[in-house]
Amino acid sequence: MNAVLSLVAVLALVGLAVLGVEAGGLYSLFGVIVPYIAIVLFLGGLIFRVLGWAKSPVPFRIPTTCGQQKSLPWIKSSKYDNPHTGFGVLVRMALEILFFRSLFRNTKTQIAEGDKVTYGPTKWLWMGAIAFHYSFLVIFIRHLRFFTEPIPFFVDLLQTVDGFMQVGVPVFYMTSLIFFGALGYLLLRRLAIPQVRYISLVNDYFPLFLLLGIATTGILLRHFVKTDVVGIKELTLGLLSFQPAITEGIHWLFYVHLFLVCTLLAYFPFSKLMHLIGVFMSPTRNLANNSRMVRHINPWNAPVKVHTYEEYEDDFRDKMVAAGLPVDKQPEPKPAQAEKE
Amino acid sequence: MHDAGKVIIGLAIFVLLITFPIWFTLASGKAGHRPELELPKNETQCVESKEYMKAWHMDLLNDWRDAAVRDGKRMYVAEDGKKYVMSLSLTCLKCHTNKAKFCDECHNYVGVVPYCWDCHVDPKGD
Repeated sequence: MNAVLSLVAVLALVGLAVLGVEAGGLYSLFGVIVPYIAIVLFLGGLIFRVLGWAKSPVPFRIPTTCGQQKSLPWIKSSKYDNPHTGFGVLVRMALEILFFRSLFRNTKTQIAEGDKVTYGPTKWLWMGAIAFHYSFLVIFIRHLRFFTEPIPFFVDLLQTVDGFMQVGVPVFYMTSLIFFGALGYLLLRRLAIPQVRYISLVNDYFPLFLLLGIATTGILLRHFVKTDVVGIKELTLGLLSFQPAITEGIHWLFYVHLFLVCTLLAYFPFSKLMHLIGVFMSPTRNLANNSRMVRHINPWNAPVKVHTYEEYEDDFRDKMVAAGLPVDKQPEPKPAQAEKE
Repeated sequence: MHDAGKVIIGLAIFVLLITFPIWFTLASGKAGHRPELELPKNETQCVESKEYMKAWHMDLLNDWRDAAVRDGKRMYVAEDGKKYVMSLSLTCLKCHTNKAKFCDECHNYVGVVPYCWDCHVDPKGD
């Protein structure tokens, strides 16, 4: 049901763009206004969310630990799985962000030989995630050819590597295929595994269908519809230099592609896709586990007015001595005065 | 805000990266650059219509390459019935004599690096 709802939502977005452009002729709405709104929502929403996170206090070290903590010098500690230094945290974060280490550690619980519970490694989700994220990154950077003039060298280099197989003209990029395959796997996984389907919500399916829509329209535009890419670049450069102008003769499918991307941008800050930033700000990842070495004082502890024993004794020392009670600090003798009296 | 310094630096880097196309193109000062093609002076009609050539010339050339090099067929009958020799050097480049002022204009603009010139000599005009 959730999956169907998400699919219907994406199809409705496609229909909206087709109708708006083909029947309504609303080129400046879909070509100029919507992209501007989307990018403002994306950047504004993202900053808003990050500032919100930054306002939540993290008074104590709460790292998830996956190895021996640093304690006595002769006990070997896990430097990166249970880091106690800033450098260790840096390595841990790099492994997490670049290689999805915590997902790599994923295990699967199974019942073997009738009644034995076993835990085995399962790397499929990790593989799908790596394939998806890296091909998405390559596709994202590749698209800079439509957004920069002149085109930076690394975009050309990436395109050459990505199109290394030289299949068809224009060359079919490897990442197009990998992106599509990985997305398909991530979607099928949600649909096919009963436990995962049970916990899958509309906002899990929606980005998947949205990205599938973006990938489909993108591949269609490159290999089958072949709209005017020079015109498209004129449009994007106009948007970037804040002198928007609609170029005539761009195929309606391009506006569908653009509208789906705009939806993704606008939706991004308010969805689970914020893990793009969240991964950097996870206290369970980015804090060093140095609770044994550094005293962390709760920054919002209310100031408590205390009255120590020493102060108490100062107040009542004479009376205590007079009553014969032991005192830590002996009363100062007052020899001069005593002699006079 | 906690760790304000780190958060603001992080956000600044992110915004800088995302807006890369804006400031990069602004710095290069080429935002208004448009491809300008030098059209052949002695001919007004290409092998197929202008719209078809604009969108599909790469497929046409690919088909020509396959037909000529692999199947040995060299005759192409256009939509309007005219016959052409399937040859980049002899047919296309006869009119489009300058790669830099014709092919490269659009290809450079949208970052396309065709591998025609891995084998063919690129014409540099007169």
